Amino acid sequence: MLVRRAPDIRSSEITPESLYLNRRAFLAAAGFAALNAALPAAGRARTGHHADEDKPNSYQDITHYNNYYEFGTGKEEPAENAGNFRTRPWKVEVSGEVAKPAQYDLDDLLHGQTIEERIYRHRCVEAWSMVIPWNGFPLRSLIERFRPTSRAKFVEFTTLLDPSQMPGQRSDILPWPYVEGLRMDEAMHPLTLVVTGLYGRPLPNQNGAPLRIHVPWKYGFKSAKSLVRIRFVETQPLNTWNVSVPNEYGFYANVNPNVDHPRWSQARERRIGEFFRRPTLMFNGYADQVASLYAGMDLRRYF
Amino acid sequence: MSPRAARRAVKAALFAACLVPLAVLAADAVGGRLGAEPIRATELRLGIWGLTLLVATLSITPLRRLTGWNVLGGYRRMLGLFAFTYIALHFLTWFGVDQFFAVKYIGQDLAKRPYITVGFASFLLMIPLALTSSAAMVRRLGRRWKTLHSLVYLAALGGIVHFVWEVKADRTVPTRYAVILVALLALRFVPTRSRRAAAAREVPVPPRPPSGAAAPAGADA
Repeated sequence: MLVRRAPDIRSSEITPESLYLNRRAFLAAAGFAALNAALPAAGRARTGHHADEDKPNSYQDITHYNNYYEFGTGKEEPAENAGNFRTRPWKVEVSGEVAKPAQYDLDDLLHGQTIEERIYRHRCVEAWSMVIPWNGFPLRSLIERFRPTSRAKFVEFTTLLDPSQMPGQRSDILPWPYVEGLRMDEAMHPLTLVVTGLYGRPLPNQNGAPLRIHVPWKYGFKSAKSLVRIRFVETQPLNTWNVSVPNEYGFYANVNPNVDHPRWSQARERRIGEFFRRPTLMFNGYADQVASLYAGMDLRRYF
Repeated sequence: MSPRAARRAVKAALFAACLVPLAVLAADAVGGRLGAEPIRATELRLGIWGLTLLVATLSITPLRRLTGWNVLGGYRRMLGLFAFTYIALHFLTWFGVDQFFAVKYIGQDLAKRPYITVGFASFLLMIPLALTSSAAMVRRLGRRWKTLHSLVYLAALGGIVHFVWEVKADRTVPTRYAVILVALLALRFVPTRSRRAAAAREVPVPPRPPSGAAAPAGADA
Protein backbone atom coordinates (compact mmCIF):
# COMPACT_ATOMS: atom_id res chain seq x y z
CA MET A 1 0.00 0.00 0.00
CA LEU A 2 1.27 3.43 -0.91
CA VAL A 3 1.11 6.53 1.19
CA ARG A 4 -0.69 9.18 -0.72
CA ARG A 5 -2.01 12.57 0.09
CA ALA A 6 -5.72 13.17 0.28
CA PRO A 7 -6.19 14.99 -3.05
CA ASP A 8 -4.58 12.09 -4.95
CA ILE A 9 -7.18 9.61 -3.82
CA ARG A 10 -10.34 9.68 -5.84
CA SER A 11 -13.47 9.02 -3.84
CA SER A 12 -14.15 6.02 -6.08
CA GLU A 13 -10.97 4.44 -4.78
CA ILE A 14 -12.08 4.50 -1.18
CA THR A 15 -13.88 1.41 -0.01
CA PRO A 16 -17.22 2.46 1.46
CA GLU A 17 -17.14 2.03 5.18
CA SER A 18 -20.03 -0.41 5.24
CA LEU A 19 -18.25 -2.69 2.75
CA TYR A 20 -15.06 -2.25 4.71
CA LEU A 21 -16.81 -3.35 7.90
CA ASN A 22 -18.42 -6.30 6.15
CA ARG A 23 -15.07 -7.35 4.85
CA ARG A 24 -13.58 -7.07 8.32
CA ALA A 25 -16.44 -9.09 9.76
CA PHE A 26 -15.90 -11.72 7.10
CA LEU A 27 -12.18 -11.85 7.76
CA ALA A 28 -12.72 -11.94 11.52
CA ALA A 29 -15.22 -14.75 11.13
CA ALA A 30 -12.86 -16.66 8.87
CA GLY A 31 -10.01 -16.12 11.31
CA PHE A 32 -12.14 -17.13 14.21
CA ALA A 33 -13.22 -20.33 12.47
CA ALA A 34 -9.58 -21.21 11.77
CA LEU A 35 -8.72 -20.44 15.36
CA ASN A 36 -11.55 -22.61 16.61
CA ALA A 37 -10.25 -25.52 14.62
CA ALA A 38 -6.70 -25.04 15.80
CA LEU A 39 -7.12 -24.43 19.51
CA PRO A 40 -8.08 -26.68 22.39
CA ALA A 41 -11.38 -25.79 24.04
CA ALA A 42 -10.00 -23.82 27.00
CA GLY A 43 -7.79 -21.63 24.86
CA ARG A 44 -10.56 -21.06 22.38
CA ALA A 45 -12.94 -19.61 24.92
CA ARG A 46 -10.41 -17.03 26.02
CA THR A 47 -9.04 -16.05 22.65
CA GLY A 48 -12.43 -16.11 21.00
CA HIS A 49 -13.83 -13.48 23.33
CA HIS A 50 -12.11 -10.62 21.60
CA ALA A 51 -11.67 -12.00 18.12
CA ASP A 52 -15.41 -12.29 18.06
CA GLU A 53 -16.31 -8.92 19.55
CA ASP A 54 -13.68 -6.50 18.32
CA LYS A 55 -15.65 -4.78 15.63
CA PRO A 56 -13.98 -1.56 14.50
CA ASN A 57 -15.73 1.59 15.62
CA SER A 58 -17.17 3.83 12.95
CA TYR A 59 -15.02 6.43 11.20
CA GLN A 60 -17.38 9.07 12.62
CA ASP A 61 -16.84 7.96 16.24
CA ILE A 62 -13.08 7.53 15.85
CA THR A 63 -12.75 11.03 14.41
CA HIS A 64 -15.26 12.81 16.67
CA TYR A 65 -14.42 11.49 20.10
CA ASN A 66 -10.85 12.52 20.75
CA ASN A 67 -8.67 13.50 23.65
CA TYR A 68 -6.28 15.92 22.01
CA TYR A 69 -6.03 18.81 24.46
CA GLU A 70 -3.95 20.89 22.02
CA PHE A 71 -7.24 21.37 20.16
CA GLY A 72 -9.49 21.72 23.22
CA THR A 73 -10.49 19.58 26.19
CA GLY A 74 -13.95 18.67 24.89
CA LYS A 75 -14.19 15.33 23.10
CA GLU A 76 -15.57 16.93 19.92
CA GLU A 77 -13.37 20.02 20.01
CA PRO A 78 -10.40 18.44 18.18
CA ALA A 79 -12.70 17.66 15.24
CA GLU A 80 -13.99 21.25 15.34
CA ASN A 81 -10.63 22.98 15.78
CA ALA A 82 -8.13 20.90 13.83
CA GLY A 83 -9.61 21.37 10.38
CA ASN A 84 -7.04 23.93 9.18
CA PHE A 85 -4.04 22.39 10.89
CA ARG A 86 -1.11 22.34 8.44
CA THR A 87 0.58 18.95 8.16
CA ARG A 88 2.77 19.84 5.15
CA PRO A 89 5.56 20.76 5.08
CA TRP A 90 6.41 18.75 8.21
CA LYS A 91 9.79 18.12 9.74
CA VAL A 92 10.78 15.62 12.37
CA GLU A 93 13.94 16.07 14.40
CA VAL A 94 15.74 12.88 15.33
CA SER A 95 18.27 13.57 18.05
CA GLY A 96 20.05 12.31 21.14
CA GLU A 97 21.85 8.99 21.25
CA VAL A 98 21.80 8.18 17.54
CA ALA A 99 24.53 7.64 14.98
CA LYS A 100 23.50 10.68 12.97
CA PRO A 101 21.11 13.25 14.46
CA ALA A 102 19.14 14.94 11.69
CA GLN A 103 16.04 16.79 10.65
CA TYR A 104 13.92 14.72 8.32
CA ASP A 105 11.27 15.88 5.98
CA LEU A 106 8.17 13.79 6.63
CA ASP A 107 8.16 12.25 3.16
CA ASP A 108 11.80 11.19 3.54
CA LEU A 109 10.98 9.69 6.90
CA LEU A 110 8.15 7.61 5.44
CA HIS A 111 10.05 6.68 2.30
CA GLY A 112 10.47 2.95 1.91
CA GLN A 113 8.16 2.01 4.77
CA THR A 114 5.51 -0.56 3.98
CA ILE A 115 2.18 0.67 5.29
CA GLU A 116 0.10 -2.11 6.80
CA GLU A 117 -3.30 -2.22 8.39
CA ARG A 118 -3.49 -2.96 12.10
CA ILE A 119 -6.76 -3.23 13.94
CA TYR A 120 -5.95 -2.25 17.52
CA ARG A 121 -7.93 -1.94 20.69
CA HIS A 122 -7.51 1.53 22.15
CA ARG A 123 -8.12 1.93 25.87
CA CYS A 124 -8.32 5.42 27.34
CA VAL A 125 -7.28 6.04 30.95
CA GLU A 126 -10.81 7.47 31.37
CA ALA A 127 -12.24 3.93 31.11
CA TRP A 128 -13.65 4.01 27.59
CA SER A 129 -12.30 2.13 24.62
CA MET A 130 -12.50 1.81 20.85
CA VAL A 131 -11.34 -0.53 18.12
CA ILE A 132 -9.43 1.34 15.43
CA PRO A 133 -8.23 0.14 12.02
CA TRP A 134 -4.95 2.06 11.81
CA ASN A 135 -2.58 2.24 8.87
CA GLY A 136 1.08 2.46 9.69
CA PHE A 137 4.29 0.55 10.25
CA PRO A 138 6.21 -0.72 13.26
CA LEU A 139 8.19 1.98 15.06
CA ARG A 140 10.97 -0.58 15.15
CA SER A 141 11.66 -0.25 11.44
CA LEU A 142 12.07 3.51 11.83
CA ILE A 143 14.32 3.20 14.87
CA GLU A 144 16.56 0.71 13.11
CA ARG A 145 17.21 3.25 10.38
CA PHE A 146 18.32 5.87 12.91
CA ARG A 147 20.85 3.48 14.46
CA PRO A 148 20.64 4.47 18.13
CA THR A 149 23.81 4.06 20.18
CA SER A 150 24.19 1.62 23.05
CA ARG A 151 23.46 4.47 25.44
CA ALA A 152 19.92 4.84 24.09
CA LYS A 153 17.71 3.34 26.81
CA PHE A 154 14.52 5.34 26.21
CA VAL A 155 12.80 7.19 23.38
CA GLU A 156 11.13 10.54 23.94
CA PHE A 157 8.39 11.85 21.64
CA THR A 158 7.47 15.52 21.38
CA THR A 159 4.29 16.94 19.89
CA LEU A 160 4.29 20.16 17.89
CA LEU A 161 4.21 23.40 19.91
CA ASP A 162 2.29 26.00 17.94
CA PRO A 163 -0.36 27.96 19.86
CA SER A 164 -1.29 29.82 16.67
CA GLN A 165 -2.59 26.56 15.23
CA MET A 166 -3.36 24.72 18.46
CA PRO A 167 -5.78 26.80 20.50
CA GLY A 168 -5.56 24.51 23.52
CA GLN A 169 -1.91 25.49 23.95
CA ARG A 170 -2.99 29.06 24.70
CA SER A 171 -4.06 28.01 28.17
CA ASP A 172 -1.82 26.22 30.63
CA ILE A 173 -4.02 23.22 31.43
CA LEU A 174 -0.95 21.07 30.70
CA PRO A 175 2.74 21.99 30.41
CA TRP A 176 3.33 22.34 26.65
CA PRO A 177 4.63 20.88 24.44
CA TYR A 178 3.27 17.41 25.12
CA VAL A 179 6.01 14.88 25.69
CA GLU A 180 5.82 11.12 26.09
CA GLY A 181 8.31 8.34 26.28
CA LEU A 182 8.86 4.62 25.99
CA ARG A 183 11.52 2.26 27.21
CA MET A 184 13.65 1.08 24.31
CA ASP A 185 12.29 -2.49 24.42
CA GLU A 186 8.73 -1.12 24.39
CA ALA A 187 9.51 1.12 21.44
CA MET A 188 11.11 -1.81 19.58
CA HIS A 189 8.19 -4.15 20.26
CA PRO A 190 6.53 -5.25 17.01
CA LEU A 191 3.10 -4.08 18.24
CA THR A 192 4.27 -0.48 18.68
CA LEU A 193 3.03 1.35 15.62
CA VAL A 194 3.84 4.56 13.79
CA VAL A 195 0.44 5.66 12.52
CA THR A 196 -0.09 7.51 9.25
CA GLY A 197 -3.68 6.63 8.41
CA LEU A 198 -7.05 5.39 9.51
CA TYR A 199 -9.60 3.28 7.63
CA GLY A 200 -7.33 3.40 4.59
CA ARG A 201 -7.43 7.19 4.50
CA PRO A 202 -4.78 9.71 5.52
CA LEU A 203 -4.73 10.28 9.27
CA PRO A 204 -7.26 13.02 10.18
CA ASN A 205 -5.78 16.02 11.99
CA GLN A 206 -7.81 15.42 15.14
CA ASN A 207 -6.31 11.92 15.40
CA GLY A 208 -2.71 13.19 15.42
CA ALA A 209 -1.77 13.86 11.79
CA PRO A 210 0.56 13.65 10.10
CA LEU A 211 2.39 11.20 12.33
CA ARG A 212 1.63 9.63 15.69
CA ILE A 213 2.40 6.47 17.53
CA HIS A 214 0.04 3.93 19.01
CA VAL A 215 1.00 1.56 21.80
CA PRO A 216 -2.05 -0.67 22.13
CA TRP A 217 -1.32 -2.20 25.54
CA LYS A 218 -0.96 1.19 27.22
CA TYR A 219 -3.47 3.88 28.09
CA GLY A 220 -4.11 6.26 25.21
CA PHE A 221 -2.16 9.19 26.61
CA LYS A 222 1.11 7.27 26.05
CA SER A 223 0.58 7.46 22.29
CA ALA A 224 1.83 10.93 21.38
CA LYS A 225 0.40 12.71 18.34
CA SER A 226 1.67 15.09 15.64
CA LEU A 227 5.31 14.26 16.36
CA VAL A 228 8.04 16.79 15.64
CA ARG A 229 10.85 15.23 17.63
CA ILE A 230 12.06 11.73 18.41
CA ARG A 231 14.92 11.80 20.88
CA PHE A 232 16.92 8.86 22.16
CA VAL A 233 18.02 9.23 25.75
CA GLU A 234 19.82 7.39 28.49
CA THR A 235 17.48 8.16 31.39
CA GLN A 236 13.73 7.87 31.68
CA PRO A 237 12.17 10.91 29.99
CA LEU A 238 9.43 12.99 31.55
CA ASN A 239 5.91 12.48 30.31
CA THR A 240 3.38 15.28 30.37
CA TRP A 241 0.53 13.73 32.35
CA ASN A 242 2.94 12.40 34.93
CA VAL A 243 4.45 15.87 35.33
CA SER A 244 0.97 17.36 35.60
CA VAL A 245 -0.56 14.89 38.10
CA PRO A 246 2.14 12.47 39.30
CA ASN A 247 -0.03 10.38 41.61
CA GLU A 248 -2.62 9.68 38.89
CA TYR A 249 -0.57 9.06 35.75
CA GLY A 250 2.65 7.09 35.73
CA PHE A 251 5.36 6.58 33.15
CA TYR A 252 4.42 3.02 32.23
CA ALA A 253 0.62 3.43 32.07
CA ASN A 254 0.06 -0.17 31.08
CA VAL A 255 -3.62 -1.07 30.86
CA ASN A 256 -4.24 -2.95 34.09
CA PRO A 257 -7.65 -3.81 35.53
CA ASN A 258 -6.08 -4.48 38.93
CA VAL A 259 -4.53 -1.06 39.44
CA ASP A 260 -7.16 1.64 39.73
CA HIS A 261 -6.80 5.25 38.86
CA PRO A 262 -6.99 7.05 42.25
CA ARG A 263 -10.34 8.54 41.29
CA TRP A 264 -11.98 5.73 39.35
CA SER A 265 -11.86 2.00 38.79
CA GLN A 266 -9.99 0.54 35.82
CA ALA A 267 -11.64 -2.88 36.18
CA ARG A 268 -14.20 -2.17 33.47
CA GLU A 269 -14.52 0.00 30.42
CA ARG A 270 -17.22 1.23 28.11
CA ARG A 271 -16.54 0.27 24.53
CA ILE A 272 -17.82 3.18 22.47
CA GLY A 273 -21.08 2.10 20.87
CA GLU A 274 -21.91 -0.49 23.52
CA PHE A 275 -24.43 -0.17 26.32
CA PHE A 276 -22.92 -2.43 28.95
CA ARG A 277 -19.48 -1.93 30.39
CA ARG A 278 -17.11 -4.78 29.66
CA PRO A 279 -14.24 -6.09 31.77
CA THR A 280 -10.86 -4.53 31.04
CA LEU A 281 -8.20 -7.06 30.08
CA MET A 282 -4.64 -7.14 31.39
CA PHE A 283 -2.38 -5.21 28.98
CA ASN A 284 -5.57 -4.45 27.03
CA GLY A 285 -5.73 -8.06 25.88
CA TYR A 286 -2.14 -8.10 24.55
CA ALA A 287 -0.66 -9.88 27.58
CA ASP A 288 0.55 -12.84 25.53
CA GLN A 289 2.71 -10.53 23.46
CA VAL A 290 3.93 -7.99 26.04
CA ALA A 291 3.70 -9.35 29.58
CA SER A 292 7.28 -10.63 29.39
CA LEU A 293 8.54 -7.03 29.05
CA TYR A 294 7.50 -6.44 32.65
CA ALA A 295 8.48 -9.75 34.25
CA GLY A 296 9.39 -9.22 37.88
CA MET A 297 8.21 -5.59 37.94
CA ASP A 298 5.79 -4.39 40.60
CA LEU A 299 3.08 -3.00 38.34
CA ARG A 300 1.36 -1.34 41.27
CA ARG A 301 4.44 0.74 41.90
CA TYR A 302 5.30 1.27 38.24
CA PHE A 303 1.75 2.16 37.19
CA MET B 1 -52.89 42.55 33.82
CA SER B 2 -53.11 42.52 37.58
CA PRO B 3 -49.85 42.02 39.49
CA ARG B 4 -51.12 38.64 40.56
CA ALA B 5 -51.81 37.52 37.00
CA ALA B 6 -48.42 38.85 35.91
CA ARG B 7 -46.70 36.84 38.62
CA ARG B 8 -48.53 33.75 37.47
CA ALA B 9 -47.56 34.32 33.86
CA VAL B 10 -43.90 34.77 34.80
CA LYS B 11 -44.05 31.63 36.88
CA ALA B 12 -45.55 29.62 34.04
CA ALA B 13 -42.88 30.91 31.67
CA LEU B 14 -40.14 30.03 34.16
CA PHE B 15 -41.61 26.56 34.59
CA ALA B 16 -41.51 26.02 30.83
CA ALA B 17 -37.97 27.42 30.61
CA CYS B 18 -36.77 24.96 33.25
CA LEU B 19 -38.07 22.11 31.13
CA VAL B 20 -36.25 23.26 28.00
CA PRO B 21 -32.88 21.59 28.78
CA LEU B 22 -34.66 18.32 29.42
CA ALA B 23 -36.61 18.60 26.17
CA VAL B 24 -33.45 19.42 24.22
CA LEU B 25 -31.68 16.46 25.81
CA ALA B 26 -34.54 14.14 24.88
CA ALA B 27 -34.59 15.47 21.31
CA ASP B 28 -30.81 15.06 20.99
CA ALA B 29 -31.00 11.53 22.36
CA VAL B 30 -33.70 10.56 19.87
CA GLY B 31 -31.89 12.34 17.03
CA GLY B 32 -28.56 10.67 17.86
CA ARG B 33 -26.84 13.99 18.60
CA LEU B 34 -25.23 13.04 21.90
CA GLY B 35 -21.93 11.99 20.36
CA ALA B 36 -19.98 8.78 20.66
CA GLU B 37 -20.68 8.30 24.36
CA PRO B 38 -24.33 9.28 24.80
CA ILE B 39 -24.66 7.96 28.35
CA ARG B 40 -21.83 10.09 29.61
CA ALA B 41 -23.08 13.10 27.65
CA THR B 42 -26.50 12.67 29.31
CA GLU B 43 -24.99 12.47 32.78
CA LEU B 44 -22.87 15.52 32.16
CA ARG B 45 -25.71 17.65 30.84
CA LEU B 46 -28.10 16.69 33.65
CA GLY B 47 -25.43 17.38 36.26
CA ILE B 48 -24.51 20.76 34.77
CA TRP B 49 -28.15 21.85 34.60
CA GLY B 50 -28.78 20.63 38.14
CA LEU B 51 -25.85 22.67 39.42
CA THR B 52 -26.85 25.70 37.34
CA LEU B 53 -30.40 25.64 38.68
CA LEU B 54 -29.10 25.15 42.22
CA VAL B 55 -26.91 28.24 41.90
CA ALA B 56 -29.83 30.13 40.35
CA THR B 57 -31.98 29.14 43.34
CA LEU B 58 -29.33 30.39 45.73
CA SER B 59 -29.07 33.70 43.91
CA ILE B 60 -32.74 34.55 44.48
CA THR B 61 -32.44 35.79 48.06
CA PRO B 62 -29.30 37.91 47.48
CA LEU B 63 -30.93 39.36 44.35
CA ARG B 64 -34.10 40.12 46.24
CA ARG B 65 -32.14 41.89 48.93
CA LEU B 66 -30.02 43.87 46.52
CA THR B 67 -32.88 44.99 44.35
CA GLY B 68 -35.69 45.08 46.89
CA TRP B 69 -37.86 43.09 44.45
CA ASN B 70 -39.55 40.84 46.95
CA VAL B 71 -41.56 39.28 44.16
CA LEU B 72 -38.46 37.23 43.23
CA GLY B 73 -38.89 35.14 46.37
CA GLY B 74 -41.99 33.63 44.82
CA TYR B 75 -39.90 31.72 42.25
CA ARG B 76 -37.35 30.22 44.59
CA ARG B 77 -39.10 26.99 45.49
CA MET B 78 -39.82 26.10 41.88
CA LEU B 79 -36.21 26.64 40.86
CA GLY B 80 -35.02 24.58 43.82
CA LEU B 81 -37.32 21.71 42.95
CA PHE B 82 -36.15 21.77 39.35
CA ALA B 83 -32.54 21.71 40.52
CA PHE B 84 -33.40 18.66 42.61
CA THR B 85 -35.17 17.03 39.66
CA TYR B 86 -32.18 17.42 37.35
CA ILE B 87 -29.76 16.16 39.99
CA ALA B 88 -32.03 13.18 40.73
CA LEU B 89 -32.10 12.37 37.00
CA HIS B 90 -28.31 12.75 36.89
CA PHE B 91 -28.00 10.24 39.73
CA LEU B 92 -30.56 7.84 38.24
CA THR B 93 -28.80 7.89 34.86
CA TRP B 94 -25.56 6.92 36.56
CA PHE B 95 -27.23 4.28 38.73
CA GLY B 96 -29.65 2.71 36.30
CA VAL B 97 -28.15 3.29 32.87
CA ASP B 98 -24.40 3.87 33.17
CA GLN B 99 -23.84 1.27 35.90
CA PHE B 100 -27.03 -0.62 35.03
CA PHE B 101 -27.82 -1.38 38.71
CA ALA B 102 -24.49 -3.20 39.16
CA VAL B 103 -24.73 -2.90 42.93
CA LYS B 104 -21.31 -4.44 43.49
CA TYR B 105 -19.51 -1.79 41.45
CA ILE B 106 -21.79 1.00 42.64
CA GLY B 107 -21.00 0.12 46.25
CA GLN B 108 -17.27 0.06 45.55
CA ASP B 109 -17.45 3.42 43.81
CA LEU B 110 -19.43 4.99 46.65
CA ALA B 111 -16.93 3.72 49.20
CA LYS B 112 -13.68 4.29 47.31
CA ARG B 113 -14.16 7.25 44.98
CA PRO B 114 -14.37 10.53 46.91
CA TYR B 115 -15.96 12.40 44.01
CA ILE B 116 -18.78 9.87 43.87
CA THR B 117 -19.15 9.78 47.67
CA VAL B 118 -19.43 13.57 47.84
CA GLY B 119 -21.80 13.77 44.88
CA PHE B 120 -24.06 11.09 46.32
CA ALA B 121 -24.03 12.66 49.80
CA SER B 122 -25.01 16.02 48.32
CA PHE B 123 -27.88 14.41 46.46
CA LEU B 124 -29.06 12.68 49.66
CA LEU B 125 -28.85 16.00 51.46
CA MET B 126 -31.27 17.53 48.98
CA ILE B 127 -33.97 14.91 49.54
CA PRO B 128 -35.22 16.25 52.91
CA LEU B 129 -35.10 19.75 51.46
CA ALA B 130 -37.30 18.75 48.54
CA LEU B 131 -39.68 16.90 50.89
CA THR B 132 -40.07 19.92 53.17
CA SER B 133 -40.53 22.47 50.44
CA SER B 134 -44.31 22.70 50.59
CA ALA B 135 -46.02 25.70 52.17
CA ALA B 136 -47.53 23.36 54.76
CA MET B 137 -44.08 22.10 55.77
CA VAL B 138 -42.77 25.67 55.93
CA ARG B 139 -45.53 26.48 58.38
CA ARG B 140 -45.10 23.30 60.36
CA LEU B 141 -41.35 23.58 60.79
CA GLY B 142 -41.43 27.28 61.56
CA ARG B 143 -38.02 28.67 62.43
CA ARG B 144 -36.38 25.26 62.02
CA TRP B 145 -37.27 25.32 58.31
CA LYS B 146 -34.72 28.05 57.66
CA THR B 147 -32.02 26.22 59.59
CA LEU B 148 -32.76 23.01 57.72
CA HIS B 149 -32.77 24.68 54.35
CA SER B 150 -29.46 26.45 54.89
CA LEU B 151 -28.09 22.96 54.16
CA VAL B 152 -28.65 23.78 50.51
CA TYR B 153 -25.34 25.65 50.58
CA LEU B 154 -23.62 22.48 51.71
CA ALA B 155 -25.31 20.53 48.91
CA ALA B 156 -24.18 23.08 46.34
CA LEU B 157 -20.64 23.04 47.71
CA GLY B 158 -20.66 19.23 47.58
CA GLY B 159 -21.92 19.33 44.00
CA ILE B 160 -19.10 21.62 42.96
CA VAL B 161 -16.47 19.53 44.78
CA HIS B 162 -17.90 16.47 42.99
CA PHE B 163 -17.45 18.31 39.68
CA VAL B 164 -13.92 19.56 40.42
CA TRP B 165 -12.76 16.11 41.50
CA GLU B 166 -14.25 14.47 38.44
CA VAL B 167 -12.55 16.51 35.71
CA LYS B 168 -9.08 15.62 34.48
CA ALA B 169 -7.03 18.76 33.94
CA ASP B 170 -9.33 21.54 32.79
CA ARG B 171 -11.05 22.98 35.88
CA THR B 172 -12.35 26.09 34.12
CA VAL B 173 -16.04 25.26 34.28
CA PRO B 174 -16.24 23.91 37.84
CA THR B 175 -14.17 26.88 39.02
CA ARG B 176 -16.79 29.24 37.59
CA TYR B 177 -19.47 27.58 39.71
CA ALA B 178 -17.24 27.73 42.78
CA VAL B 179 -16.62 31.47 42.33
CA ILE B 180 -20.34 32.15 41.95
CA LEU B 181 -21.19 30.07 45.02
CA VAL B 182 -18.62 31.85 47.18
CA ALA B 183 -19.92 35.21 45.96
CA LEU B 184 -23.51 34.24 46.77
CA LEU B 185 -22.51 33.01 50.20
CA ALA B 186 -20.58 36.22 50.85
CA LEU B 187 -23.61 38.30 49.85
CA ARG B 188 -25.55 36.55 52.57
CA PHE B 189 -23.32 38.23 55.14
CA VAL B 190 -23.70 41.70 53.69
CA PRO B 191 -26.21 43.44 55.93
CA THR B 192 -29.36 44.57 54.17
CA ARG B 193 -30.46 48.19 54.19
CA SER B 194 -33.03 47.64 56.90
CA ARG B 195 -30.51 45.79 59.04
CA ARG B 196 -27.96 48.54 58.57
CA ALA B 197 -30.52 51.11 59.59
CA ALA B 198 -31.43 49.06 62.62
CA ALA B 199 -27.79 48.72 63.57
CA ALA B 200 -27.32 52.47 63.26
CA ARG B 201 -30.13 53.03 65.72
CA GLU B 202 -28.41 50.53 68.01
CA VAL B 203 -31.64 48.69 68.38
CA PRO B 204 -31.42 44.90 68.34
CA VAL B 205 -32.85 43.30 65.23
CA PRO B 206 -36.31 42.05 66.11
CA PRO B 207 -36.69 38.30 65.85
CA ARG B 208 -38.43 37.17 62.72
CA PRO B 209 -42.00 36.00 63.08
CA PRO B 210 -41.93 32.24 63.16
CA SER B 211 -44.24 31.32 60.36
CA GLY B 212 -45.94 31.59 57.02
CA ALA B 213 -47.22 34.75 55.48
CA ALA B 214 -45.04 37.19 57.38
CA ALA B 215 -41.78 35.44 56.50
CA PRO B 216 -40.90 36.40 52.96
CA ALA B 217 -37.60 34.56 53.12
CA GLY B 218 -39.37 31.26 53.76
CA ALA B 219 -40.54 29.56 50.61
CA ASP B 220 -42.72 31.22 48.04
CA ALA B 221 -45.42 31.89 50.60
